[in-house]
Amino acid sequence: MSRFPDVLKALAAATLIAPAAFAQDAAEAPEGGFGLGRVATTEEVAMWDIDIRPDGKGLPVGSGSVELGEEIWSYNCAHCHGDFAEGIDRWPVLAGGEGTLSDDRPVKTIGSYWPYLSTVYDYVYRAMPFGYSQSLSPDDVYAITAYLLYSNYIVEDDFVLSNENFSEIAMPNEENFFMDDRAETELPQFTAEPCMTDCKEQVEITAHATVLDVTPEDGGEGGGGGID
Amino acid sequence: MKPTRRSFLRGAAAASVGAATGGAARASGDPAFAEIQPWMQELGDPVDAAPYGMPSEFEAHVQRKTVYWLTADPISSINFTPLHELDGIITPNGLCFERHHSGAAHVDPALHRLMINGLVDRELVFTMEDLMRFPRENHVYFLECAANSGMEWRGSQLNGCQFTHGMIHNVMYTGIPLRLLLAEAGIQTAGKWLLAEGADAAGMTRSIPMEKALDDCLVAFKMNGEALRVEQGYPLRLVVPGWEGNMWVKWLRRLEVGDEPWHHREETSKYTDLLADGKARRFTWEMDAKSVITNPSPQAPLTHGAGPTVLSGLAWSGRGTIPRVDVTLDGGKNWHQARMSGPSLSKSMHRFYFEFDWNGQPLLLQSRAHDSTGYVQPTKNALRELRGTNSIYHNNGIQTWHVKKTGEAENVEVS
Repeated sequence: MSRFPDVLKALAAATLIAPAAFAQDAAEAPEGGFGLGRVATTEEVAMWDIDIRPDGKGLPVGSGSVELGEEIWSYNCAHCHGDFAEGIDRWPVLAGGEGTLSDDRPVKTIGSYWPYLSTVYDYVYRAMPFGYSQSLSPDDVYAITAYLLYSNYIVEDDFVLSNENFSEIAMPNEENFFMDDRAETELPQFTAEPCMTDCKEQVEITAHATVLDVTPEDGGEGGGGGID
Repeated sequence: MKPTRRSFLRGAAAASVGAATGGAARASGDPAFAEIQPWMQELGDPVDAAPYGMPSEFEAHVQRKTVYWLTADPISSINFTPLHELDGIITPNGLCFERHHSGAAHVDPALHRLMINGLVDRELVFTMEDLMRFPRENHVYFLECAANSGMEWRGSQLNGCQFTHGMIHNVMYTGIPLRLLLAEAGIQTAGKWLLAEGADAAGMTRSIPMEKALDDCLVAFKMNGEALRVEQGYPLRLVVPGWEGNMWVKWLRRLEVGDEPWHHREETSKYTDLLADGKARRFTWEMDAKSVITNPSPQAPLTHGAGPTVLSGLAWSGRGTIPRVDVTLDGGKNWHQARMSGPSLSKSMHRFYFEFDWNGQPLLLQSRAHDSTGYVQPTKNALRELRGTNSIYHNNGIQTWHVKKTGEAENVEVS
């Protein structure tokens, strides 16, 4: 049920097919809607809709080589992530760690952990370099992505990545992700009525935070295992 | 170890006053009586002294705090709500923990736009003025970071509930039901997923299934009655009740409708939960039922000695309400039902109390939340048996505080 007389709806509809100069008029009110906002122009959508999916949807036309990627990398990325994507100080490690996911201290990198190459392209293009986002061209990002594949021993040093061959690259760890299964594996176990009285005979303290002693007294320095 | 030096001194001062009062305050020179205090004699502040008021200077220690070694830098980082200093269920806006990926963006609302695009009948752009013309709703919800308590998977590490449990806040949001905005654009039949994107330099994106988007999500512009704080996404954020905080995209600028999830960085590299066998859960959206005793706790020791004692805490569940919390004083040998107090709202924090007569002997305190689905908060060890210790996120295990004879409290684990 529209809140607008039919004649107004017709007028609003007419503006949709009017020249671009009129494109900022109100949107047509959908059935039961309010007719608020305006229709986005094709250009506006193109400027903001930069996301990439695993099936390659959203990839811009372009290409970049490992060789060029190494050069762009050294200027834009290496001061945090290292010359070989191995990471400097606490900054993220982007290469290495293959076969460590079931270790006591796994090393989760693009090569060892990430399921899809599309995520590399999408994230670098939208959010890197840290502090100067969206300063790289599509070709720059193809080249950096190629260099990251090379750093992770997934391609050879003469590889050229493009929108044409992008979907042919499979990441090593893709198959090791699965949908949240708590509903089957945890919730049934955690819905039993718990013990209230005389639940155990002995209680021993098995761990102390003060042994590690990494809590900041007043937001100060410390050291220990992080979460990032 | 270790209440802050400040809190311990405050406690000691309070104890000595208490001892001196004992029925003969004037004679013993209790300064509260023996001296005329300046506030009893002199004029207070004029009404125009603080157009936007701040807490008493005596509450200046009630602050968000960060832990510098947790992250590589303070921009893509986290700070913590001082849960041990708060009561009730509403978190004051200025104390709500922050988590940014490229810092807190200062967005001009006149230049802010919300775009809806993708598999819709009409790709739309809204200004903030447009959004103010949609019907609004008010709801109280908790927002908990998926990594809350994540540093505790391998054992007790940080000494205080602010640090172990403080990546959470609970406020009343005013916002537009997301389904109304999506209806305005007209979702096409194939539109099963929604990508939410932020306007900050991180360009935060998450994939959200359409059933959730059409259920209870809000596009919020106010928190606790006032505009969102800059650090909480001003002028616009997504509210995804009961689900991990990362999905509550701040500085919300775009919603794209698609037929598949996007598998972006924050749902592949991050916010996936690595299990002991090297496989990882993805799309672990819901926050399981959880609780923590906020007082006493390592930052809030017992300073009053033996006798009547108030134990207080918070409980919440991403799946509903919290009808019941159990507490133990002896490390889980015996449990008592706590007293729930205040509104019981779905996917909101709940406040519980347990008043008891402390005999001055050491205590091993724990709380155990029950949610409205029948789920009972597990122990940390029960979770570790299922998940190992490397999943980072979704640690809702039972917390233990060891209260010593001195009243000091420590973060410990027990058998």
